[in-house]
Amino acid sequence: MRLGLMVVPVAFFALFFAYPVVAIVGRGLKADGVWRFGRIGAVLSRPDILDVLWFTTWQALASTVLTLVIALPGAYVFARFAFPGKQLLRAVVTVPFVLPTVVVGTAFLALLGRGGFLDELWGVRLDTTVWAILLAHVFFNYAVVVRTVGGLWSQLDPRQEEAARVLGAGRFAAWRRVTLPALAPAVAAAALMVFLFTFTSFGVVQILGGPAYSTLEVEIYRQTAQLLDLPTAAVLTLVQFAAVGGILAVHAWTVRRRETVLKLVDPAQTARPPRGAGQRALLGGVLLTVLLLVVVPLGVLVERSLDTSGGYGFDFYRALQSADANGSTFLVPPLDAIGNSMRYAVVATLIALVIGGLAAAALTRRAGPLVRGFDALLMLPLGVSAVTVGFGFLITLDEPPLDLRTSWILVPLAQALVGVPFVVRSMLPVLRAVDERLREAAAVLGASPLRAWREVDLPLVRRAVLVAAGFAFAVSLGEFGATVFIARPDNPTLPVAVARLLGRSGELNYGQAMALSTILMLVCAVSLLLLERIRTDRSGEF
Amino acid sequence: MLAVESATVRFGKRTALDAVDLEVADHEIVCVLGPSGSGKSTLLRAVAGLQPLDGGRVLLDGADQAPLPVHRRGLGLMFQDHQLFPHRDVGANVAFGLRMHGVPRAERDRRAGELLDLVGLPGAGRRAVAALSGGEQQRVALARALAPRPKLLMLDEPLGQLDRSLRERLVVELRTLFGRLGTTVLAVTHDQGEAFALADRVVVMRDGRIAQAGTPLEVWRRPASAFVARFLGFDNLVDATVTGTAADTAWGKVPVPEGSPQGDCELLVRPGGVRIGGPADGLRCTAGVRTFRGHRVTVVLHPGDGPALEAECGLRDTPDEGAVVGVTFDPDETVVLPPAG
Repeated sequence: MRLGLMVVPVAFFALFFAYPVVAIVGRGLKADGVWRFGRIGAVLSRPDILDVLWFTTWQALASTVLTLVIALPGAYVFARFAFPGKQLLRAVVTVPFVLPTVVVGTAFLALLGRGGFLDELWGVRLDTTVWAILLAHVFFNYAVVVRTVGGLWSQLDPRQEEAARVLGAGRFAAWRRVTLPALAPAVAAAALMVFLFTFTSFGVVQILGGPAYSTLEVEIYRQTAQLLDLPTAAVLTLVQFAAVGGILAVHAWTVRRRETVLKLVDPAQTARPPRGAGQRALLGGVLLTVLLLVVVPLGVLVERSLDTSGGYGFDFYRALQSADANGSTFLVPPLDAIGNSMRYAVVATLIALVIGGLAAAALTRRAGPLVRGFDALLMLPLGVSAVTVGFGFLITLDEPPLDLRTSWILVPLAQALVGVPFVVRSMLPVLRAVDERLREAAAVLGASPLRAWREVDLPLVRRAVLVAAGFAFAVSLGEFGATVFIARPDNPTLPVAVARLLGRSGELNYGQAMALSTILMLVCAVSLLLLERIRTDRSGEF
Repeated sequence: MLAVESATVRFGKRTALDAVDLEVADHEIVCVLGPSGSGKSTLLRAVAGLQPLDGGRVLLDGADQAPLPVHRRGLGLMFQDHQLFPHRDVGANVAFGLRMHGVPRAERDRRAGELLDLVGLPGAGRRAVAALSGGEQQRVALARALAPRPKLLMLDEPLGQLDRSLRERLVVELRTLFGRLGTTVLAVTHDQGEAFALADRVVVMRDGRIAQAGTPLEVWRRPASAFVARFLGFDNLVDATVTGTAADTAWGKVPVPEGSPQGDCELLVRPGGVRIGGPADGLRCTAGVRTFRGHRVTVVLHPGDGPALEAECGLRDTPDEGAVVGVTFDPDETVVLPPAG
């Protein structure tokens, strides 16, 4: 019965993930119908490739550690403190996560690069150092830690810590012995996500890294799209796949050791206004961090979208309304991309919720290596090169019975692949924390297993579902690596349109890219604010 | 109504239920009593269908329940810690079972209101379950279990988490309520007081087997074994050899009722049957710790030889701690049990 729930997600992943990826790897490694595994060794012994591997790994590690150090205090503040403007702030820190990577790269270049904000002020430039990449990664992933860890933290009963204090534990010891172990699965999950995102980082590194720094994903894109060297791209895809598989295995192992049934409480009961100088200083520090890390780069982005040669104005925005302003860059007005992106993202979110929801329901009970393997499998799309997936879609889903190349559904399908892991990751911890006897109580009162799930699990995970939907929607909106291959020229998405504008020279194109990015940022901010509202409206039920 | 036939449940190597037979008649209240780990909760879960049987059958009104999943058995179960649905208010919790059975809304609301009146929480329908006290939660859980009019109501440690005075009051309320409604009840508890006050019939379990079954009075008067006696709180147990109407024990000769089994045995002397007299009468003992229970007092007595004794006496007759007294035994308050082992 439970395994039956897995059929749909497994079929989905087999058809829209495994098949395209295997096909493109096969195309790279096969010659005249014969597998040429010797190519793997040949590629991997090249010093330039080894440099890429080494840089990819250490920058991902450094980014993860830096993100945790900077974001964990933020998670605490969001979980435990009540302060005015909290909803808005939560949405603000989430915005970077949904921005196209290319835009983030550009925003940081404008902030830290030659003639940038800091250069003008103090003559500080970071674009030639790895710090620009690391900071952009923290900017991106701050929300991952705050939402994943903070979400669970806000539902942990503070009285547990109080009980430890009464038993003689100091403030820090109580946190370390009681709260930290309970948080560990969420911290591990967040750290894993950050590591995966930064390990496979694409747009940010391409812009800020220049020729000096290149990650695997950047190299795969270069080999596929620029050098048309499919064998090398295939080998690098396999390397990335193996590395991600290894990381996921470690993660599954740590999570298995740590997962426990938690007593969750209403977050509204756990948050209270900060008291004392220490807590106010902590809140102030977090606010300052958000200001410097998130608001300033976004501010620079907005400033640039308005900074026309004739002073500040909306010229770039007006230019977005017509296809002709850019010569032959677009078949349709760039503004159409907003509607496309929204439509695609809504459909992708629905697909991700259905597939991820079924998978999470199937995985609720921890049993057997099969379930654990499936658990890890669901995470793979996060780690496999989006470029490979997108290109794989093009070469596999182009003939009957599955000729989707001309269908609009192709884009949401690719975007949903990235959304599913978010849905599963958000729902599973909460589902597993639901007391089994609540389901039994429902069953004894006459609820069938399906009905019990609907009546007990679903209301309890509604908050998690909404968070999951928000994440899925956000990553769908911002997805770039796969979409750039499969979005049709007359139906570009916002990130694709931005990249197309950035790829052309000229002040108008650059300004329009900034304007379109600003619009995307606002769309995301509004969607997220709506989501935050729903969350608080329903919180009374818990 | 309910018949359990040689029900067996194993958890790995451990046998939680070992060929248990049990019957519950219509309108009967049966209480399963036993220490934790004796298999009593497993028995409830097996009847409910939450725990699959490794052997034996569960029959309701003569029908084998094996093919029926939990939600089709039409039973009521009140969980130990209530398990109220935290995301629903009191009324929605009570009406849950009715909703699952497709009862129309108006009827549901009416019945939920009725049940809340019945359990002494009139008008509590809109309250959040998190705002309820332990006793109130217990009442809501009861109302929720009763609402779909289950064939058999099962209670798992129904009063376990409540304080003593509340528990004593509620147990009387429950018995009166079940009597009025004619509910058939199978309850599980580790508290003998609760079991004896609630039940028409008591079943004592030990290590997955039934150690004794009978009316509260029967079990109380004639425990079937030293285990049952100890579980009921009787500690005056001693190895003995019965000859005629006297038993030879470490406390000396103790009179036993006529017709008692002869030979080696375990002898129980209820504290009420331990008579305290002057130092010259019978077994010499030194009075120890005293426990005050209302108008009765329990005194621990230390004889020069043999295990300590408990005696129950009136307030006025209570010896001072350290006083030397003499002890005689009332044959009507002694019970000859099978030898230990």
